[in-house]
Amino acid sequence: MAFFTVNALDLLRYVSYHIDAYLYDIARSIMIPDDTSVYDKADTAHERYRAGFGVSEDLIREISRQKNEPVWMLEKRLRAFALFLETPLPQWGPDLSGLDLNKITYFVRPDAGESKSWEDVPEDIKRTFDRLGIPEAERTSLGGVGAQYDSDVVYHNIKDEWARQGVVFENMDTAVQNYPDLIRKHFMTSCVPINDHKFAMLHAAVWSGGTFIYVPPGIKVLFPLQAYFRMNAERGGQFEHTLIIADKGSEVSYIEGCSAPRYMTSALHAGCVELFVGEGATIRYSSIENWSLNTYNLNTKRALVEKNGTIEWINGNMGSGTTMLYPCSILVGEGARSESLGIAVAGPGQHQDTGAKVIHVAPRTRSIIRAKSISRGGGVASYRGLVRVGKRADETISHVTCDALILDGASQSHTYPFIKTENTNSEVSHEARTGRIGDDELFYAMSRGLSEERAIQMIVGGFVEEVSKKLPLEYAVEFNRLIDLQMEGAVA
Amino acid sequence: MLEIKDLHIVADGKEIIRGVSLRIQKGRIVALMGPNGSGKSSLVNGIMGHPHYAITQGHILLHDKDITHMPPHEKARNGIFLSMQHAPALPGITVSSFLRNACSALTGKTLPVLSFQNMLEIEMKKLGIDIEMAGRHVNEGFSGGEKKRLDALQLVLFKPQFALLDETDAGLDIDALKIVAETIKQASAVMGILLITHYTRILNYLTPDEVHVLQDGIITRSGGKELAEEIEKQGYKNER
Repeated sequence: MAFFTVNALDLLRYVSYHIDAYLYDIARSIMIPDDTSVYDKADTAHERYRAGFGVSEDLIREISRQKNEPVWMLEKRLRAFALFLETPLPQWGPDLSGLDLNKITYFVRPDAGESKSWEDVPEDIKRTFDRLGIPEAERTSLGGVGAQYDSDVVYHNIKDEWARQGVVFENMDTAVQNYPDLIRKHFMTSCVPINDHKFAMLHAAVWSGGTFIYVPPGIKVLFPLQAYFRMNAERGGQFEHTLIIADKGSEVSYIEGCSAPRYMTSALHAGCVELFVGEGATIRYSSIENWSLNTYNLNTKRALVEKNGTIEWINGNMGSGTTMLYPCSILVGEGARSESLGIAVAGPGQHQDTGAKVIHVAPRTRSIIRAKSISRGGGVASYRGLVRVGKRADETISHVTCDALILDGASQSHTYPFIKTENTNSEVSHEARTGRIGDDELFYAMSRGLSEERAIQMIVGGFVEEVSKKLPLEYAVEFNRLIDLQMEGAVA
Repeated sequence: MLEIKDLHIVADGKEIIRGVSLRIQKGRIVALMGPNGSGKSSLVNGIMGHPHYAITQGHILLHDKDITHMPPHEKARNGIFLSMQHAPALPGITVSSFLRNACSALTGKTLPVLSFQNMLEIEMKKLGIDIEMAGRHVNEGFSGGEKKRLDALQLVLFKPQFALLDETDAGLDIDALKIVAETIKQASAVMGILLITHYTRILNYLTPDEVHVLQDGIITRSGGKELAEEIEKQGYKNER
C-alpha cells in the first residue's frame, strides 16, 4: 500500500470502506507516498539467524528453543513432522515436481532480515515497485532485504484503544507466550488439525510468526486490522500462522498480505489461517497474495462458523508460479453463512489452482462462492471447489458462480466443481462462464480514444471491480494498479 | 472536412457498403436515412474501424489526410466520434471513471478528479441526466434512452470535430428527444455531424443541411430537408 499521506486516507477510511466511484477516483489521484523519514530511525542491528537448507528434527527443536516455546508446542511440531515424513505429495492439482523440499530454508529469525542485497532482487520486481510508487524504505522490506521496522505510532495508539476493549492483536509467537490457554485450545486443533494434509503438517512443524487476534463478545472492530503496518516483516513469512477468534456477537475485519510483489529467495510459502467465528459473530478476512514467481504458494485457510455466524473471504492471488489455495468454511452452527469472493490472475508461466470449499454441517446454512479468474500469456487458472451438504443440513442453500476471462489463445481456464449432497432438502447450484473480452466492448472503449492496451486494462479492471470495491481503499487502489501492470503487454 | 470516397465495406464475407461517397463539413448536419438493413450502421462502424467491418476499397480523408486504416483510438484522438446504435455495457466501470479516462486519452492530459467531476455534473445537469448515473456502470442496465443521453453527454465532453451519430434519437421520449436534438444543434456550430436516422422524428427539431438515402449499400438519392419530408410521407419503397 505504501505509507500514503495518512490524514487524507484516514478520513476516507473512516467515512466508508465501500469505495464508491468518487472516493475511489479521488483517492487514486491524491495518493502520494508519504515522506519516508519515519523509517530512518527504526533500523537497528539485529541478531541474525538463518537455518541451512532442509527440515529436520534438530531444526524444529532449534526453532522452538529460540522462541522459548512451551513443551506442548514443541511436541505438536514434532508430531506434525513425523506425519509429514510419512505422507506423500498430493497426487492431484498442479505439478509440484519442481518443488525440492530439501532446498528450502525453513527458518529465518524474523528480525534478522535476509542476508542479501538490493541488487539481488529481480529486475521485474524492482520495476513494479517503481510503477506502484512504493517508497524506498518499504521496497527494501518487501524485497526481502530490509530490516524489520517497528510498527509506527499510529499502530500503538490504536492498539491501546483495542486493549481497553479487550481486543488482542499480537504476533503469533508472542501470543503463544502470553495466551497459552487460548492458543493451546485453538492452534491447529479443531479447525486445521496437524494431520490435515502434507503442507499443513509441514506448516505445523516449522511455523513461525503470523498474527493472533481475539475479539471479546459483542465487540465490533470497526476498521480492518493490519491495514496500517503491512511492512512489519514479522507478520509475513514463509510459514506464518494466522489465528483469529471472534467471540459471540463480535465483528472484525482483517486484511493480510500485500498487493505489491513480495520477493522471497526461498521457493515455498505454506501459511495457515484458522478463523473461529463464534455465535452471531462476523469475520471478514481479506488477503492479497503476490509472491514472487519463483514461489510455490501452498496455503491452507479455514473457518469454523458457529450458529448465525458469518465468514466473508476475499482472496486475491496474483503472484507465485504455482498456487494451491482453497479457503474453506465449515458451517457447524445453524444459520451460519459463508461468502467467498476470489480472484486469481495467471500470467506467463503461472498456474493458479484456487477455489473455495464449504462444508454445510448444520441446518439452514447458506453459502455463496464467487470465483473469478484471468488468464493471459499462457497462464493457467483453475477453479477447484467443493460444496458438501451433510445429512443434518436441512434447507441449506449454496450458490457457486465462476467467471473466467481468457485474454489469448495460449492461456487456459479450467473448472473443477465438486458437489456432494447427502441432504435432499437443500438447494445447491453451480454456474460457470468463460469468455474473452468482446470485440464490441473493446471497440467501444477504443473509439473513446483508449489504446488497445489501456482499453483491455480498463475492461479487466471492471471485471475485478467486485473484489477491489470490497478491499480497504489503499489496497484497492494498489490492487487495481497492479492488475493494470499485469495487463501490460497483453496486446500482441 | 471529413471526406468519404467510394468506400466499400465487407462484413461476414459480404459486401455491405458498395461504394459510398460523402463530405461532411464543419458546421453542417448531414442526415443519412434508409430502411433497415440498408447498411447505415455498417458504414459508420466501418468508418470508425470496428474489427468486424473491413474497408476493402476507397478512402477516408480527414482534412485531406488519409485515415482509412487508422485504429479506432487514433481516429478518436483525431477528432472523430461515433455514437453506436447499440453501445455495449462495460461491467464494473463507472460512467465517471470511463469518461474521465476517455477525456484524458483524447486530450493527452491527465484530468484532476475533482475538477473533472465538477465539469461532469454541470454538463449532466444541462442534459437533464440524473447525477446518480455517474456512479453506475457504463450502459449496464441502461434503458435505450439512458444510453442515448450518455452518448449526448460524451458528444459535449469530448468536443470532436466530426460526430457520427447512429440513431441517437432512438428510444427517447419527447422531452429527451428535444434535449438531445438541441445538444446536436448546438454542437453542429463547431463540428460536422453525420446523423443517421431511420425515422424523421428528430428532424422536427433539427434541420439537416443535406439528406442522403442509403439503400442496399449505395446512396440512391440526395437532397435537402425536403427529401426527408418526402420520405416521411411516402416511405422508402419508391426509391429502388
